[in-house]
Amino acid sequence: MSMGFSVNRFLAVLLKEFIQMRRDRVTFAMMIGLPIIQLMLFGFAINADPRHLPTLVEVNDEGPLTRALLAGMQTSGYFDFVGQVRGPAAGEEALRRGQANFVIVIPDDFARDVVRGLRPTVLVAADASDPSAVAGAAAAMSGIVSNAMAQTLTGPLAQAAGTPAPFEVVVHREYNPEGRTSTNIVPGLLAIILSMTMVMITAVAIVKERERGTMEMLISTPVRPAEVMLGKILPYVLVGYVQTAVFMVAAFAVFNVPFTGTFMAFFYGFNLFVLGNLALGFLISTLAHNQMQAMQLSFFTILPSILLSGFMFPFAGMPGWAQTLGTGVPATHFIRLIRKVMLKGAGTIDVSAELVALGVIVLVISLMAMLRYRQTLD
Amino acid sequence: MSAPLVIDVRGLTKRFGDKTVVDHFDIAVPRGAIYGFLGPNGSGKTTTIRMLCGLLTPDEGDGQCLGFDVRREAPRIKTQVGYMTQRFSLYEDLTIRENLDFVARMYGVADRRKRVTRALEDLGLADRSGQLAGTLSGGWKQRLALAACLIHDPKLLLLDEPTAGVDPKARRDFWDEIRRLSKAGVTVLVSTHYMDEAIQCDFITYIAYGKKLIDGPATQIPTIVGLSTWRAEGPNLVALEAALQGQPGVAQVARFGSALHVSGTDATQLEATVRRFEAEGGQHWSKVPAGLEEAFIHLMAGARDNFSRDAA
Repeated sequence: MSMGFSVNRFLAVLLKEFIQMRRDRVTFAMMIGLPIIQLMLFGFAINADPRHLPTLVEVNDEGPLTRALLAGMQTSGYFDFVGQVRGPAAGEEALRRGQANFVIVIPDDFARDVVRGLRPTVLVAADASDPSAVAGAAAAMSGIVSNAMAQTLTGPLAQAAGTPAPFEVVVHREYNPEGRTSTNIVPGLLAIILSMTMVMITAVAIVKERERGTMEMLISTPVRPAEVMLGKILPYVLVGYVQTAVFMVAAFAVFNVPFTGTFMAFFYGFNLFVLGNLALGFLISTLAHNQMQAMQLSFFTILPSILLSGFMFPFAGMPGWAQTLGTGVPATHFIRLIRKVMLKGAGTIDVSAELVALGVIVLVISLMAMLRYRQTLD
Repeated sequence: MSAPLVIDVRGLTKRFGDKTVVDHFDIAVPRGAIYGFLGPNGSGKTTTIRMLCGLLTPDEGDGQCLGFDVRREAPRIKTQVGYMTQRFSLYEDLTIRENLDFVARMYGVADRRKRVTRALEDLGLADRSGQLAGTLSGGWKQRLALAACLIHDPKLLLLDEPTAGVDPKARRDFWDEIRRLSKAGVTVLVSTHYMDEAIQCDFITYIAYGKKLIDGPATQIPTIVGLSTWRAEGPNLVALEAALQGQPGVAQVARFGSALHVSGTDATQLEATVRRFEAEGGQHWSKVPAGLEEAFIHLMAGARDNFSRDAA
């Protein structure tokens, strides 16, 4: 009889794990369904720069200049014109009731005053009860107005358009010219989804064996620890691949997130990250006594991945101690890596710092897990 | 003992924290014997069995099991041991066949498919092999568990309270199987709470608070315990039973069919008490040799759960 690693036994554990995975419909549905649901939720719901805000107009001077201005606003994507109002009271009422986020007032003799250089005021009344909701649109407003003027006031009227506009605001968004939040959120979301499923499912899969008593039977057989570990973890690596594939397709097809970097840079980082999460799950399973504890411990590791990794809030904006903590979180490095690769066109060399950091974290967690793992029930 | 020893360990000790669960335990089990482990809950039966099959590392003690060192060669011991856990420990979300097949793969059983099919036929579960193990009744689970730990034809069976929660018929069938295996040369070490099971063992060891108190061939246990027993027959046994409780020399009073067995370890005092009741008339008294039953009742009666250690 052989005392070394047996491929047959390892394959037996692997096969058993797949059968159990298939039979546990709820978990299986969770593994495939959860990433999609989260993608839709976070990708669509979290938006720091919302568009298509309902807008009302009060037009007191019809003419080409007004039409140009309104057309410019419409095409900016921020404003959806839902109707016209008469008089300031009606506009105020609509805002208060939440029927519109904006009311645009074009003053009397607007075109004539512009031509005369009197610099009339276009009033934009915004519902600022949710400041972030209208901030982007408000910021874009001044640019739209001056553009519209420049286009309409041509020929002899050009000098009127040339006067310096006091409300000129420069918005310059690097790598994400349209300022869409989803471009920023979606790549990072992959890190969160992988953290959640990989850590939790690995931890629970192993603790479940102990809780149900099957671990006692398993280790009373000649099976070796490496056979159990690999046999149990590998199916979930595959699940991670499937999740990522589903995710990437959705990111391209639904959210138009670009992938400008090299695939290998992503591939290395992705595998290291998955490995790190599985090792973390394994480590948790050596600490938790039952499935409930495993879930809770997993959840605790996921919160820092969301809050300290730069996924939700800019990393540079955090205080020093939080940045130190965040540096120990694998998701921090993977989020940096994937944003660099997808949005900034990075190659393997450009992400070497992140790869090294991930490698170190994987090594440390794996060592800790190996030290904690017992082949006996001691 | 002429048969070679399958298990021969000395001074086996296991501590969890500052609690000594098994305290310098010696055991010698001859080949083909059925060796019974008796003792109250928490007395260290399960821990001892787990140390013998390599699931726990002993803190002290050494010896051999199936010719392998218990401390250093646990992986080799495992290949020849069938261990049946107290709790059902096969996969409830695998089918009966998948479970047997999985265990067979773990032991690298030759001709696996055939072996599993034969096990299913022996079990009488061939037509239900696709059923999930979790849906089986307690008795069937126990039979499946036994079949699983026999799939690699082990030389030593370690059974940890195998019949807990199983009906009497299934228990009888189970013991018929154990005796058949024993005849075939398989050594069986079994822990139990049931007296009727203890009686079936060739050897008995009694453990309390992690210490071995009694160890010997089953037939010698009453002598070792040192009980003398009197038998009372006649009318009004219920009243007599109540009256005898707490009398000098009376350790236990037990009903055996239409008679009452009164036992105690202090023969002189017991006899004096018996003579006094005899003088009152009514029942016919006779001295009988103490049986295994009395010995077990005596042992079990003195044993409370061992989880509280103050009495140690």
